[in-house]
Amino acid sequence: MKLLNYTTSYLAGILLAVILVWAAIFYFNMLDEIYDSMDDGLGNQKILVIQKAARDSTVFARRDFEDGYYRLKEISFAQAQHRKDVYQDTLMYMLNEQDYEPIRMLTTVFRHQNRFYELRVITSMVEEDDLIEDLLFALLWLYLGLIASILVLNNILLKRIWQPFYKLLQRLQEFRLEEPSQLVAEPTEVTEFQLLNSTIEKLLQKNIETYTSQKVFIENAAHELQTPLAISLNKLELLAEGQNLQEDQLTQIGAVMQNLERLTRLNKSLLLLSKIENKQFGPVEEVNINEAVQKVVSDFADQATYRNLTIQVQETAICRQQLNPDLALILIINLVKNAIMHNVPGGSVNISIDKNSFVIQNSGKAEPLNDHKLFNRFYKNTDSPGSTGLGLAIAKAIADLYQFRITYEYQQLHQIAVYFN
Amino acid sequence: MKILVIEDEPDMLDNIVSSLRKEQYVVEEAANYHEALDKIGAYDYDCILLDINLPGGNGLHLLADLKKNKKSDGVIIVSARNSLDDKVAGLELGADDYLAKPFHIAELHARVKSVLRRRIFEGSNLIQIQNLTLDPDKHQVWVNNQELTLNRKEYDILLYLVTNKGRLVSKTALAEHVWGDYIDEADNFEFIYSQIKNLRKKLKDHHAAVEIGAIYGIGYKLTSP
Repeated sequence: MKLLNYTTSYLAGILLAVILVWAAIFYFNMLDEIYDSMDDGLGNQKILVIQKAARDSTVFARRDFEDGYYRLKEISFAQAQHRKDVYQDTLMYMLNEQDYEPIRMLTTVFRHQNRFYELRVITSMVEEDDLIEDLLFALLWLYLGLIASILVLNNILLKRIWQPFYKLLQRLQEFRLEEPSQLVAEPTEVTEFQLLNSTIEKLLQKNIETYTSQKVFIENAAHELQTPLAISLNKLELLAEGQNLQEDQLTQIGAVMQNLERLTRLNKSLLLLSKIENKQFGPVEEVNINEAVQKVVSDFADQATYRNLTIQVQETAICRQQLNPDLALILIINLVKNAIMHNVPGGSVNISIDKNSFVIQNSGKAEPLNDHKLFNRFYKNTDSPGSTGLGLAIAKAIADLYQFRITYEYQQLHQIAVYFN
Repeated sequence: MKILVIEDEPDMLDNIVSSLRKEQYVVEEAANYHEALDKIGAYDYDCILLDINLPGGNGLHLLADLKKNKKSDGVIIVSARNSLDDKVAGLELGADDYLAKPFHIAELHARVKSVLRRRIFEGSNLIQIQNLTLDPDKHQVWVNNQELTLNRKEYDILLYLVTNKGRLVSKTALAEHVWGDYIDEADNFEFIYSQIKNLRKKLKDHHAAVEIGAIYGIGYKLTSP
C-alpha cells in the first residue's frame, strides 16, 4: 500500500469514529434543546389560556382540541390534588398528513372560582425519525466530502511534498553497484529529506568505494601472483629435467607442479571474471553459436571418448547472437566442460540449439543441485576436487553481461539453458 | 643464434636464460628499460623476449623503437598482465608472438623455435632427428623418407615433443598446447594418453629412431639414441 493511501485509510477510520460520536452527542443535545424550547412555549400558552379563561367563559366550553390547541375538562378536587404539570410525547391524528404524528402535550390543573379544571395544551413536534434520517444524510455527505478533500489534498499537496522522497526511491531502485551512476539528490527544503539524501549519498559512495577497491584488489592480487607462480613452475620444470632424479622424487615434483598449475588456473579464472565484470572485453560481433558449439565439441571429443561419454548436438535453427567472440567461446566451453566433468562413465551430453537458445543436458548424480548456489563462485561438488568452482560463475557473468537468461533444471538429466534475447 | 631476454624479475630471468643456454643459444640479458634500449641499439638479435612491465619504461615503447629503426629482430612479448589490450597492441606494433605468464618452459621453447624458424630459414625449414623428418609448414612427417600419416592431434603432439627434444614436457603444457588453453585439469589429462599410445605405435611400426618416454606423474620426453 502506498504511503499516501496508508495515511488516508487511517484518517478515514478515525474520521468515521469521530463523526459518529459527535453526531450522537449533537443529536441528543439538539433534541434536548428543542424539547426545552417547546416546553417553554407550552408553559407560556398555559398561562395565556388561564388568563383568557378568566375573561372569557367560552373557553370552558372547549372540551376538545378541534380548531384550537387546547382543551379544558372539569375535575373533582380529589382528582386535582397533588397534580403537577406533566409534559409528555403523544400521538395525534393529523388531518393534513392523514396519519398519527407525534405531538408535545402539557397537562396541568388550575382553579377557577373554586372549581378545578384540567388543561391540556399541545404543540406539534419534531419527527425524530425524519430528523435522524436528515442528520445521517448530512453527516454522510460531510464524511464523503472530508475524505474526498483529504484525497485531493494528499494527491496534490503531499505528493509534491514527498516528491524528493519518491525521486530518491526511484534512483535507488535503478542503482546498480556494478555500474554506479552519479546519484544526484533532488534539492529539498525539508530537513528530514535533506538528511535522508545526504545519508544515502554517503552510504552509496562508501559502497561504491568498497566495491571498487575490492574489485581492484582481486585484479591486482591475481596479477601479482602471476610472476611468482611462473618462477616457481619454471624452476620445478628445470629441476625435473635434471638427470639424477629418482622416480619418487619426480612424482613429488609432479604433484607440486600439478597444484601450482591448479593455482594458475584459479588465478586466470579470477582474472577472467574481473575482466568480464569490468567489461574489459573487445567489441561485440555477430557470432554463429552453432559453429562455436561444433568447434568446442570437437575440441572436447578426446576427453569425452576417454570418459566414454556420447555427445549429441541437435540443431533446429541457426543461432546468431551479438557478443564478443572470445566470450561466446568461453561461455560454451565452460558449459560443455561442466557437462563432461560432472558426468558418469558411459553417460551422455545432449546439446540443442534453437534460434534463441542453447540448452545442454548431462547425466550425472541422480539428484538436483542447489540452483541458487550453482552459479556462485567456488560452489563445488565434493566429488570433483579438481574443479576450480568458477566455471559456471564465469558462464553466469558472461550471460549477465549481455543480459542473457541462464537457468538450471533437473529432470533425470541436469540441464543448463541459456536464453539469448 | 643470439637471443636477448628483457626481464626485471631476477628469478624469472635466471629461469629463462639458463633454460635457453642449455639449447646452445647465445643469451644476453637486460633487467630494465635503459639497459634494454642500449643493447637493442648496439646489437642485432635473432629473437628478443620482451617483458612489458619494466622499471624505467614500458616494453611496448622498446618494440615501437625497434620497428622505427627497421630492425628485423623477432620479438616475443612475455607479460604477466595477460591483457587482451597488451596482446593486441603488441601484435599491432609488430611483435611475432605473445606469451602470458605463467608459461611452461616447453611452450617458451616452442615459441622461440617457431620465431627463429620463420626468421632464419624463411620457408625451407625441415626438422631432422635421426631418420625422422618434419615439415612444420606442410604438416608432414617422414620416417626414412616414407610418409607417416598422422591425425592433427598426433602431429601437433609430435611437433611439440620434437621441438622440446630431450626436455621433459609436462602433461599440462602438452594439453594446453594441443587442445587449447581452456582445456581443464579434468581427469588429470589422462585422455592425452590414448593419442600418445597411437603415436608411439605409428612411430614404432615405421621404425622411427625416436622414442616417447613417459615420466611418471609429470609428462613425456622425446629421446633419440
